[in-house]
Amino acid sequence: MKVGIYVNGKKIATDIAPDLLLIDFLRNHGCKSVKRGCETGNCGLCTVFLEDKPVLSCAVPAARADRCQVVTLEGLQEEAAEFGAFIADQGAEQCGFCNPGLLMNAIALFRENPDPAEDEIREYLAGNLCRCSGYEGQLRGMRTYLDFKKGGKTGHEVCE
Amino acid sequence: MLTLKDYVRAESLTQAYELNQKKSNRILGGMLWLKMTHLPVQTGIDLSGLRLNTIEETPDEFLIGCMTPLRDLELHQELNRYTQGAVRESLRHIVGVQFRNLATVGGSTFGRFGFSDVLTMLMALDTDVELYSGGILSLAQFAAMAPDRDILIRIRIKKTPRKSVYLSHRNSQTDLPVLTCALSGCGSKFQAVIGARPGRAVRIPDEQRILSEGITSNTADRFAEYVSRQIVTGTNMRASADYRRHLAEVLTRRAVLTMGGERL
Amino acid sequence: MKYVNKPIRKMDAMALVTGKPVYLEDLPDAGYLIVKLLRSPHAHAMIESIDAWTALAVPGIEAVYTWEDVPEERFTMAGQTWPEPSPHDRLILDRHLRHVGDPVAIVAGTTEKAVDRALRNLRVNYQILPAILDFHEAKDNPVQIHPEETWESLVPVGADNRRNLCACEKLSEGDIDQVLAECDVVVSGTYHTKANQQAMMETFRTKCFLDPYGRLNIVSSTQIVFHVRRIVAHALGIHKSMIRVQKPRIGGGFGAKQTAVSEIYPAFVTWKTGKPSKIVFTREESQIASSPRHEMEISVRVGATKDGRIRGMDVYTLSNTGAYGEHGPTTVGLSGHKSIPLYGALDAFRFDYEVVYSNVMSAGAYRGYGATQGIFAVESAVNELAAKLDMDPVHLREMNMVREGQAMPAYYGEMNTSCALDRCIAKAKEMIGWEEKYPRRILENGKIRSVGVGMAMQGSGISGIDVGSASLKLEDDGCYTLAVGAADMGTGCDTILAQIAADCLECDLDRLTVLGADTDASPYDSGSYASSTTYITGKAVEKVCDSLRQKLLTEAAGVLSCPTAELCFQGQEILQVEGDAKISLADLAARSQCGCEASFQAVESHFSPVSPPPYMVGMAEIELDPETGAVELLDYVAVVDCGTAINPNLARVQAEGGIVQGIGMALFEDIQYNSHGRMLNNSLMQYKLPSRLDMGRLRVEFESSYEHSGPFGAKSIGEIVINTPAPALAHAIANATGLWFKELPITSEKIAMGLKQRK
Repeated sequence: MKVGIYVNGKKIATDIAPDLLLIDFLRNHGCKSVKRGCETGNCGLCTVFLEDKPVLSCAVPAARADRCQVVTLEGLQEEAAEFGAFIADQGAEQCGFCNPGLLMNAIALFRENPDPAEDEIREYLAGNLCRCSGYEGQLRGMRTYLDFKKGGKTGHEVCE
Repeated sequence: MLTLKDYVRAESLTQAYELNQKKSNRILGGMLWLKMTHLPVQTGIDLSGLRLNTIEETPDEFLIGCMTPLRDLELHQELNRYTQGAVRESLRHIVGVQFRNLATVGGSTFGRFGFSDVLTMLMALDTDVELYSGGILSLAQFAAMAPDRDILIRIRIKKTPRKSVYLSHRNSQTDLPVLTCALSGCGSKFQAVIGARPGRAVRIPDEQRILSEGITSNTADRFAEYVSRQIVTGTNMRASADYRRHLAEVLTRRAVLTMGGERL
Repeated sequence: MKYVNKPIRKMDAMALVTGKPVYLEDLPDAGYLIVKLLRSPHAHAMIESIDAWTALAVPGIEAVYTWEDVPEERFTMAGQTWPEPSPHDRLILDRHLRHVGDPVAIVAGTTEKAVDRALRNLRVNYQILPAILDFHEAKDNPVQIHPEETWESLVPVGADNRRNLCACEKLSEGDIDQVLAECDVVVSGTYHTKANQQAMMETFRTKCFLDPYGRLNIVSSTQIVFHVRRIVAHALGIHKSMIRVQKPRIGGGFGAKQTAVSEIYPAFVTWKTGKPSKIVFTREESQIASSPRHEMEISVRVGATKDGRIRGMDVYTLSNTGAYGEHGPTTVGLSGHKSIPLYGALDAFRFDYEVVYSNVMSAGAYRGYGATQGIFAVESAVNELAAKLDMDPVHLREMNMVREGQAMPAYYGEMNTSCALDRCIAKAKEMIGWEEKYPRRILENGKIRSVGVGMAMQGSGISGIDVGSASLKLEDDGCYTLAVGAADMGTGCDTILAQIAADCLECDLDRLTVLGADTDASPYDSGSYASSTTYITGKAVEKVCDSLRQKLLTEAAGVLSCPTAELCFQGQEILQVEGDAKISLADLAARSQCGCEASFQAVESHFSPVSPPPYMVGMAEIELDPETGAVELLDYVAVVDCGTAINPNLARVQAEGGIVQGIGMALFEDIQYNSHGRMLNNSLMQYKLPSRLDMGRLRVEFESSYEHSGPFGAKSIGEIVINTPAPALAHAIANATGLWFKELPITSEKIAMGLKQRK
């Protein structure tokens, strides 16, 4: 069947199988940041924006995204680099496999709520699993980033 | 792995209903549970073009379209005000925000899953379901039926003045619940709903009018004990029947005390 | 030191946080055959017949292989130094199936749908055999899991396949029975830990292709490139020189990838067909047919005098290796050797163990590698001992813990050359407020707040065995290339090794390029396991920097016509100490490319006869709901002695990550089998890893000793970090409830019903 999906602002018009999942559509069209970590919707690695909402691309048929706007980390490189630098400065990116899904969902949170409390951050990101970092370093990085965005004290350790 | 031979974005409910009569076809909700089945599906029927993804409020009712994501329900201010935050509490443990942006109220209800927080919560309210062919029936009636080929169009919650509390217990914060408990009271009439027994949610009205005497530590104990004796619990991977029965008593008691104004 | 002990950002960090395509599945692979496995539905069976006709007829199917198509040479998948202690008990495909999930057939095709269809069309007849699902029943059971003549044990580990024994050993010093009989208080208990999954976010996956020389190239998400080369060569019956193994960025390992779980299947397909192929394990496969922690049952007796001197420890471990031996003989030893030595000056100890085969998935290497299980048992017993002695458990440890300078008879007879355990426990105590909080406080709402403690140790590399190497080359612009065979699986070891090199070479970090593990290009390294990378490979890096510096000085001496002794190496130039002669590194390097016979490259290897343990103390504060049994983790404090922390950021995050894995093991991660041997926790829905909401505050500090045998005084941190939560949380729960749980995970049901029963 034919679909036209806007991926990071660019329209991709193509033929797909009816049961092609959005994650595979995206990966097949160069968005390799979208990762697969499970088959049950539990890990959050495949998080992308569908019409501005963070969703699990492994559970969305590509056909459902026809005529819709999809954003992946490939389309948010500047924001990812700016935000990601704060995670990197904690060493909390570790293996990096959970990073794209995490950054996508965190960016969604910050857009909804630019000044979230720690509890709110944890709850919003509860669906993003990480096995390497123990979550604490990612939280440190986010707090520092949010302070930086507020223009307040940075505490941002500039590392080589 | 989900396999679909065909994908149709329904242009009307009639079309969706007709397509759904074929046994190998399926309505696609959030697709989160469907994806885990290995049943080959002929045609997946997508209702997302039918504007069924909104929550409308009238003076008497909340009308929740079947394609409304759980997240929208969770954040709905008026619905949460009406239920004193119980609706939000029933939803916030479900996996994650991304999951709840996809999982639909219709999918969660139609599935009549034992572990469903949503079903437990809705059953505690004056909830009806509106079916394409079957018309309007109470959620309790609907939940007792086996899944068929009808389409659930919307959930209707009557705004009867009531107080609501939702509590649950799970082995870890984003796991399926081991037991769910919703309590609602309208005047002096109370009802508890216990789900994830692991069986699907059942309603236990306060037929003996224990709580109509007022909420005290004593009436809370007695009602909780009553509820735990009414339900049938079972054992599965997550918990034993005994523990579930024990939790039913604990959570019911706490729900009653919370409703009575105590901060637990 | 400009870089060592500084929180430097990882070299690959920005690529990872911006989602660059650096993992195996991101690399171009158009035209690769998709490889999948048909897996046994039975725990124990023989294949009577396989009909592949219909499967082969599916369009796009390249091949279907069964047990009749594979070599008859048995091998092990365990990543260990040759000769492997692990028995050689596997075939690529075996007629005899030994666990639910054991591969029955290999299918290769051009699309995933074709392969899935072919898998569904395979017709297999099984003769079902009685299965041993309870590891207590395995030893000397008439049902033999490995009756085959070709089963082989190359190293004397006490293995006997006819008895379903994979390994056994007895060790003691002093008369333990006598000593315990003399003790005023003896605590005894039997502890049970389960086969936890590493559950790294990136599942197992491998790609293979033949290069222009017909050599088998394997690109895999693996921690052990050199072992994989040997394992695959052996399994296929081809020469090692015909194989090259590389690794891209890896999405986590934790030991799971210290076993060649996925490599052999696409390797076989590519070798047979000549076509490139790949396999990507689903999460389900990674849960049911992988390389989890060994299930262990550990019986402990600890005895002390009434004034708190711990005199003796007796440990017996029964370990379940599952269907294949793999890391069975090697993990079990740590359950005693890396727990008992936490206590110095024992009058006697005994450590016996047996490792048995059973019809569940084969276990493997998971962070801690047996020490985790042993420490849960020993530390829990010591905590119970403190309660019986009516002594503060921290004070009991302060009295009895091993000290720097002590001999460690239970730790391979090695000396304790660096230990800050005393400072670790003092600091942890202060951080959590132990004095005020021990043992517990009942709140107004009925909930109970309590604290618990656990000490831990591990090793740094495997004494006398692990080898790490590094080669260092001066490039013509005065920059360096450092090649190592250790595999960075996200830990940042590439960065850490560069930090060491940068300080040894007195250069800026960005003058170093680190090449990752590649069996063709890297010098030999055992691999990233056993907490060896910083301590062993790091030392090799130190050595190679020294070697290259010497070479450069010698060459410069020739160019400058002055004795080497008069020259000094100063980072970017070499100069005469007293005099004007000097030459820049760039100039020296440029010279090497014209009319020169000196090579500006050095390679060094290192091993250590000792394995100096890192140490750690973990303390947990919980709030327990006695009615529901729910445990809320309020605060977890950890103080680590890893020697010098080469990169404090990375060391801290290692600790935090390990602690949360340990919390999962202690409270949430359960492994359940049904009566037919099918593992029920076959997804992340059924196997609950801790989420962000399942932990509270985590605070990690360091109290560093200085280990002279390690690079810049470093020891290790990779594994120890998972060892404290289980005993600390079990202790906090015991302090809250009086219930001493000996089986993990400690679920809310166990707590609530335990309390209810006691009423």
